[in-house]
Amino acid sequence: MATFFVVKSEYKLNSNFGEVSPFLQNHQFHLGLDLSGGSHLVYKADLSQVGDADGGDLMDALRDVIERRVNLFGVSEPIVQVQSGSFFSGGEERLIVDLPGVTDVEEATRMIGETPLLEFKTEAPEGTPQKATVDENGQVTIRIEDQFIATELTGRYLKHATLVFDPNTREPMVSLEFDDIGKELFAQITKENVGKIVAIYLDGEIISSPVVREEITAGEAVISGSMTPAEAKTLVGRLNSGSLPVPISLLSKQTIGATLGDEAVQAGIKAAIIGFILVALFLILWYRLPGLVSVLALCMFVVIVLAIFKLIPVTLTAAGIAGFIISMGLAVDANVLISERIKEEMRAGKSIKDAVGLGFDRAWFSIRDSNTSSIITAVILFWFGTSLIKGFALTLGIGVLISLFSAVSLTKLFLSLLANMKENKVTRFLFSSGITKI
Amino acid sequence: MLSIVAMVVFGFNFGIDFKGGALTEIYYEGSVPEKSDIAPLLENLKFGSILIQPTRSNNSQGRPEQDRGTTGEDGYILKSRELSDTEHQTLLDTMSLGGKYSFTEANFNSIGPSVGRELTRKAVTSIILVSLAIILFIAYTFRKSSVPVSSWKYGIIAIVTLLHDVIIPVGIFVIISSVTGVEVDTLFVVAVLTILGLSVSDTIVIFDRIRENLRLNIENRVKENFSQTVGRSLEQSFVRSIATSTTVILVLLSLVFFGPVSTKYFALMLTAGMFFGTYSSIFLASPLLVWIEERQQLKK
Repeated sequence: MATFFVVKSEYKLNSNFGEVSPFLQNHQFHLGLDLSGGSHLVYKADLSQVGDADGGDLMDALRDVIERRVNLFGVSEPIVQVQSGSFFSGGEERLIVDLPGVTDVEEATRMIGETPLLEFKTEAPEGTPQKATVDENGQVTIRIEDQFIATELTGRYLKHATLVFDPNTREPMVSLEFDDIGKELFAQITKENVGKIVAIYLDGEIISSPVVREEITAGEAVISGSMTPAEAKTLVGRLNSGSLPVPISLLSKQTIGATLGDEAVQAGIKAAIIGFILVALFLILWYRLPGLVSVLALCMFVVIVLAIFKLIPVTLTAAGIAGFIISMGLAVDANVLISERIKEEMRAGKSIKDAVGLGFDRAWFSIRDSNTSSIITAVILFWFGTSLIKGFALTLGIGVLISLFSAVSLTKLFLSLLANMKENKVTRFLFSSGITKI
Repeated sequence: MLSIVAMVVFGFNFGIDFKGGALTEIYYEGSVPEKSDIAPLLENLKFGSILIQPTRSNNSQGRPEQDRGTTGEDGYILKSRELSDTEHQTLLDTMSLGGKYSFTEANFNSIGPSVGRELTRKAVTSIILVSLAIILFIAYTFRKSSVPVSSWKYGIIAIVTLLHDVIIPVGIFVIISSVTGVEVDTLFVVAVLTILGLSVSDTIVIFDRIRENLRLNIENRVKENFSQTVGRSLEQSFVRSIATSTTVILVLLSLVFFGPVSTKYFALMLTAGMFFGTYSSIFLASPLLVWIEERQQLKK
């Protein structure tokens, strides 16, 4: 059943994938960035301006904003996580962004870093010297920007932006709704500037310069101007995704081309299959019947582990697959220990049945202890490792746990069933091993 | 010993994972420009020193003769200091020699120095913690067999063996890296940690056999030298050790020869680790145990 699940939920192995149930469709292997291709970005958050405010809350807010922004651009399964400052990172608060399938890193950083800066500016008081420049042709330009002064009202106090259409002209407009502080600020600004212009700036450019007719206390404003409906929609999306609570800077970026990852997966699968066949041959030739039983138990071990990888789901990376292969090695070790002990007991003149029982009991302690030490290693690595090492530790840990289970239950079950066979020369030959004479 | 000498002589060739910096890997679609043509252009960029390594993609064999470099390579790996987006773009423009050559970028990594420092700290901390935890664990599980050698000494011996098991493959890696230019990266750390795990589990299996024989001796009132017990235990677990490491090495070798390029040296290092791990638990851990016991006898 587990085999059915593992195979059926894999896209490439099923030509009729579109027709199978959604449960199976949702359980493909999750490939890490190094295998599927994509971008891995690490940002540093600058909390120095924040003062005493709680850094943790701010980082969560930052993560939410970036997550929304990434989702807006339709990346499948992005991962955005906060890495709190600790001894290891030298106290830096970091944000890690994984974008599967995005290999254009320029595009990726642009869409994350782009902050729509929304500002409201009022007319400068009369008498403010106008900054005019005269260029070499004698032409005078007056910079209109300098005639407005910034107010406290910015996109920070925005509660919500929606796309609306002017009922008369059918022109697209963006309607803004402020939060409580924004409402007060806006009311104050409009009250003080009746009959004057309040300019709306987006990213440092004037996009709308309406004249205030009366004080507005409802906390709503409209940006109108020559926009296409698509532009207006994008603007709404960006305004709603919010501005970043703290400035961020890019620390590192990694891009892995999809072809490179694909090759790695192919080669990895090939190596795993060849390795498995070699091990199976060795076990069967060396340990005969118990060897064959071990191979069966190992097959089940592999299938169970893969099914668990799909269900949790575990993101598979090159290091993760390495961890899985190591755990396979340990599972083989457990089986070798059992087979070796059985052989020993038989040499001591025990019947097959006794030998299997005793051999299993004796081998159990060393299997338990050596696997426990592997589990300890995996747990520590999972706690302290970077993402790559974590992947390794997770697959290793799962693999070792399942290997313990398969040694205790599967191998034991099979062997004790077989041990009830009638004892004669043939069965004794099958249970002993290698080059030793009976 | 040789390994330590190698480490001192050749030094570690740390990759950008640890140092910070940028790595750009590109493969040309048509013909490949000569390295000597690219080098002066890159120097003009003033990005500091850039290391240019020719490299081969998997399908370079199928390319026409004239579309390959002198040794059959069809791409370059460029190593430089960390690059900003615009610098990266400039670099790519340069590599196309003003649009004359077309290529695909297979890989681009730029890692800030602080991220690299963090990785180093984490790697060192986890290795130390794993070692400590293993000493404690062994001391605990072998607490019943504290006669004639106390259980925490088993732990320390396991760690000594483990150091030996790690140092040799690392030394081999350093030698390989000085020849091929392979760098110490995160996978290297994973390899060290895996060897730690495998080495300990191998040593534990043998210690477990010694523990069992000691117990049987007491139960059956057999008088036996400690060294004889150890010797007998070794004999009994010898075949198992060889069998296990053979199977694991079989898997690892298939990873070396058929596996992804990125894990090739990783698997090679593990193979060395596995080999020396098996040999050391037989020829190093157990003799050490006997040696400690004999010194205790002398003191009495």
